[in-house]
Amino acid sequence: MAESVPAADVHAHDDHGHHEQSFASKYLFSTDHKMIAMQYMFTGMAMALIGGFFAYAFRMQLAFPGMDVPFWGQVSAAEYNALVTNHGTIMIFWVAMPVLIAAFGNYLIPLMCGCDDMVFPRLNRLSYQIFLLSAVVLIASFFVEGGAFGGAWTAYPPLSAKAEYSLTPLGSTIWVIAVALEFVAFLLGGINFVTTAMNSRAEGMGMYDIPVVIWMIVIASILFMASVGPLIAGAVMLVFDQTLGTNFFDPDRGGDPILWQHLFWFFGHPEVYVVLLPALGITADIMATFSRKKIFAYKTVLYTTFATGVLSFMVWAHHQFIAGVDPRMAHVFTITTLLISIPIAELCFVYIATLYKGSITLSTPMLWALAFLGEFLIGGVTGIFLGASGADVYFHDTYFVLAHFHYTFFPIAIIGTFAGVTYWFPKMFGRMMNETLGKIHFWGTVIPFNCIFIPLFFLGMGGQHRRIYNYENFPELAGQGMQDIRIFATVSLLVMLAFQVVFFINFIMSLRSGKKAPNNPWRANTLEWQTPSPPPHGNFGSEMPKVYRGPYEYGTPGREEDFWPQNAPS
Amino acid sequence: MSSMAPTLHVVPPPTRQPVIESQVIGTLVFIVTEIMTFAGLISGLVIVKANHLGPWPPPDQPRLPIEATGFNTLVLLASGVALFQAWRAFKRKPLDAKKPFALAIGLGLFFVVFQGFEWVRLIGEGLTLTSGALGAFFYLIVGAHALHAVVAIVLLCVFYRRLTRLELKPGTFLGAQMFWYFVVGLWPILYVQVYL
Repeated sequence: MAESVPAADVHAHDDHGHHEQSFASKYLFSTDHKMIAMQYMFTGMAMALIGGFFAYAFRMQLAFPGMDVPFWGQVSAAEYNALVTNHGTIMIFWVAMPVLIAAFGNYLIPLMCGCDDMVFPRLNRLSYQIFLLSAVVLIASFFVEGGAFGGAWTAYPPLSAKAEYSLTPLGSTIWVIAVALEFVAFLLGGINFVTTAMNSRAEGMGMYDIPVVIWMIVIASILFMASVGPLIAGAVMLVFDQTLGTNFFDPDRGGDPILWQHLFWFFGHPEVYVVLLPALGITADIMATFSRKKIFAYKTVLYTTFATGVLSFMVWAHHQFIAGVDPRMAHVFTITTLLISIPIAELCFVYIATLYKGSITLSTPMLWALAFLGEFLIGGVTGIFLGASGADVYFHDTYFVLAHFHYTFFPIAIIGTFAGVTYWFPKMFGRMMNETLGKIHFWGTVIPFNCIFIPLFFLGMGGQHRRIYNYENFPELAGQGMQDIRIFATVSLLVMLAFQVVFFINFIMSLRSGKKAPNNPWRANTLEWQTPSPPPHGNFGSEMPKVYRGPYEYGTPGREEDFWPQNAPS
Repeated sequence: MSSMAPTLHVVPPPTRQPVIESQVIGTLVFIVTEIMTFAGLISGLVIVKANHLGPWPPPDQPRLPIEATGFNTLVLLASGVALFQAWRAFKRKPLDAKKPFALAIGLGLFFVVFQGFEWVRLIGEGLTLTSGALGAFFYLIVGAHALHAVVAIVLLCVFYRRLTRLELKPGTFLGAQMFWYFVVGLWPILYVQVYL
């Protein structure tokens, strides 16, 4: 709070070979926003590998029950629970949030706003350190007595509150502590994002000259910080229940288990938009650049996003239609839930209108951005069935729900991330990525993704319940037809995971020997492209940029170039 | 906190004059989260109260000290007023702020210590975290507030030291005020919800 240094070590004049920094101070304890962004990104990627490995282990168990899974072994029922729980937890809190908000937010906000660093650089460093600690704490829970927490990422009590039920006396407490630490990290990061975007913009950059992706990350940070409070309150109560013997959530002794569901989903639903908005922003910028068109209705996008943010606080109880909420309340939440599809649909139309009659280049980032739009639409449309309380009574906790939210989260966390990484890779590392390998990886990810989750919709409609470790014990679900679909989904997952190797090969090869990237390889307008790749310490050299126009001035009539950088004097 | 040697820096050209100081924005954003956290705690208490069968507070639990805490509430409010006086004096002449600033810290400390004694008495009477919903929520909510009060008082002490050395920046002071007003302003709400 009292951080009053204007910015971290700013060495505006010597972009290479500035005073000797030790390895630790350059890579581990840096206050440079670009380095912190890289730390977040690589930590997030490492966690994605762990989360993906968990998915592999439990999908193998579902397809081939009782099998000795390579690299894991027999998946016991307790292990299965721990795997699905931590797969969900990791993918949302340790992959989607650090990569989409923290990594891209840290990297892009100062660069796109035209300043040298975050407003509170040391708070920023602390944010990453706490985040790393939280990741270590979470992974540590796998090695304690009783194993990792297995009560699902929603951690409903009383299962999560008492060790007699969860059978993970240490794991469940460690899980809550890890999540709480992670929240602290993002709180510090979010304070930085909002303050920096408000106070450190380049001269001449008005509110409506800020690129959409920055707006989206800032709004997402605000949503996060406004929604996380109740969950922090709930988490404290849960830890007290687990360790001090209180009974906040124990119905036998005056507590209320539904209270946790309210506190959790009051955060949990806005959280969906917290990760969605940065992905929407990334794809918006990519679509504008690669269709060489101004974003359709820039201000409408902002107002729509605000509306989405406000509405996202009024839909949480649609997760509890069968938890015993009053049917009248279910009506209200059905209406608000269906309402929120309107602004999101509007955003989809805006994106399509941006593409319309554009001069489209199907480069790898653009392919990812288009895939995001298409796949997210499927996720959104299937959500309408679940938002209607009548249909949800049947669909609740089936694989239909699971497929639905994977159709939202996968486009957000994976497709959105790949879009961003392939688009900003030249800026981040100063080299171009290989387009052929990028496209192979794209198709090798998107096609198997659909092969995994479309069958799961049908399994869900067939009544296949979630969180069951072995369907052989359920005669209605154990038929060969359903098992074949499960095997198909698992094999598709294996194919998709195998294709990720292509990405890592491409990433490392491009890093070592890719073509040198020019300052502005995509001929884009925003400020980060108007500085060397990778940007020097202090971002813009000796002279900070001045902004003269909005970020999407493509194809202006009468100009020789079809783009018009924000900082170019007319 | 700013211990880095100033000679190492090339101060960047000022980008723009912020409408609101960064420290104030940062603190306000943080306070939003805090407000929502306490809203979560209070809504939990309200739901449990509403679902409770029989009178609330439960007759078998010790009485909460309504009058004594009412007095303590006034002490805390006075502390907030004192800090505001310190800010007004600070704008005229920084060193004039010392006396009201110290008074604000003193009143805040009195509040926390007084609370501590109440807690000791209540624990002696059998009101504990595990004695029932009343005790659990009482210690959770009041304890969460006390934690904030203690952290805020420590920060105020740090800033008081800076004030005496004329190193306190107006933005930092404003941010500190925001946080203290949050701690002060939250308390009457908690008092009504928890004690009455």
